[in-house]
Amino acid sequence: MTEESIFSGFGGQGVLTMGMLLGYAGIIEDKEVTWMPSYGPEMRGGTANCITIVSDEPISSPILSTFDTVVALNQPSVDKFEPKVKKGGNIIFDSSNILIPPTREDINIYPIPASDAAVKLKNTKVLNMIILGAFIEARKAVKPESVYKALEQVLPERHHKLIPLNKQAFELGAELIRKLM
Amino acid sequence: MGKKLLMKGNEALAEAMILAGCDAYFGYPITPQSEVLEYLAIHATKRTGMVVLQAESEVSAINMIYGAAGAGKRVMTTSSSPGVSLMQEGISYMAGAEIPCLLANVNRGGPGLGTIQPAQGDYFQSVKGGGHGDYRLLVLAPYSVQEMVDFVKLGFELAEKYRNPVMLLADGAIGQMMEKVELFPQQERIDRKFPWATTGKPKNGERRFITSLHFESELFEKVNIRLQEKYKKMEEEEVRYQTTNIEDAEYIFTGFGLGSRICAKAMQLGREKGYKIGLVRPQTLFPFPKNIYAELAPKIKGILDVEMNAGQMVEDVRLAVEGKTRVEFYGRMGGMIASPEEILDHFEKKFIK
Repeated sequence: MTEESIFSGFGGQGVLTMGMLLGYAGIIEDKEVTWMPSYGPEMRGGTANCITIVSDEPISSPILSTFDTVVALNQPSVDKFEPKVKKGGNIIFDSSNILIPPTREDINIYPIPASDAAVKLKNTKVLNMIILGAFIEARKAVKPESVYKALEQVLPERHHKLIPLNKQAFELGAELIRKLM
Repeated sequence: MGKKLLMKGNEALAEAMILAGCDAYFGYPITPQSEVLEYLAIHATKRTGMVVLQAESEVSAINMIYGAAGAGKRVMTTSSSPGVSLMQEGISYMAGAEIPCLLANVNRGGPGLGTIQPAQGDYFQSVKGGGHGDYRLLVLAPYSVQEMVDFVKLGFELAEKYRNPVMLLADGAIGQMMEKVELFPQQERIDRKFPWATTGKPKNGERRFITSLHFESELFEKVNIRLQEKYKKMEEEEVRYQTTNIEDAEYIFTGFGLGSRICAKAMQLGREKGYKIGLVRPQTLFPFPKNIYAELAPKIKGILDVEMNAGQMVEDVRLAVEGKTRVEFYGRMGGMIASPEEILDHFEKKFIK
């Protein structure tokens, strides 16, 4: 199994964290992982992204130009990365704030109303966890339990009280994408 | 040993420095390697008592390295391209004075202040002598976060074995990416008791003196000859490289660091299409693995060298094959990175046509 994915959105939406959690979960399952962030000026206010690869085999290039799955949290990310989805691949996007959705007919398109769902959970910051839950449910790159373990490792102890909310968001994302599959 | 961690290249480099029993780090922050100093500032001193100091400039940092290494301490500095340019005077002095130390360049795009994005444009500077005079650095080129760790350990050992500065030439992508890594056990910080270290005049011993300044040309030529003999010994004993799929290869892709990994993917895509492509990856850039290219040259149809620069290592590949096979170059500059598909496309449309 190899999942070549890119997570993309505005700086501050937690796109780098999504890839990082996937990466840590991959390590917990003793898979091979690479996580390649954009670290340029785009991180300071523009569009940020990270290419995350999880595989059972050694990974050659950490930098790719086509992806199994594109996860897009804003319009510029959809515009930029929709053409980079491999034929038969997937695009998962936040349909609450992306007005012009992807149109390709040779890929799987998953609109997830994640921003609206985050508002219902009374915390807009869990947007990324909703989408990550959807991604994992659709792609099965790692087990949800590994992501939960990763959360414990990544979050400082003082934030562990937020783990139940993050799990709830993750499960909601999984539920939302199941309806589309 | 055994525990697998997910770490950023720069953080892994810093962690390896602590584990290698490094005595001191002097540096000045610059993107894309600032995490090294940040990580050391948090972890190093409280764990091993290692000195971690932010100097007022790269010029200052390299001269602190010169001083501490001259006193026989295990020391390291890191920087990125413009910062490494500032260090060149000190590096030449240390090569001349035969001082072991470890340097790392997390290469970004140049020339000038350039870009903070990854590049490999400092190959010439690292390998051909960025400072003045006839000297060589032993240059290691990590291609993974794991090698950022392994080459710190190896780099210190080689520096001390040859009394020579060792350069770890990485790039912004290797520094910034996270990958699975396995660490080595903590080594003690010990007094290495080098017989040349300036630690005070030993009782009944000779005065120790470290300099790169020589007034008598007859004597200085002898120093130079000794240095050249040392570099020749490195060429005989320290060549390191890896090959993949060379047994049946009709074509060879080659590159170092991140470039070699993109080549590896391009090779894989090419093999799926039926092209018999192999890969040669130098791990040491000086000494350069000339022999493997020379051995392969008569058996293959050509070599495609891929770098994140305008074509630097390709000159050494061409020297190595002595015209016995075709050597072409493909590269991107200014912080741009070729994709595997792009390399294969170039191979199909330009190289084999």
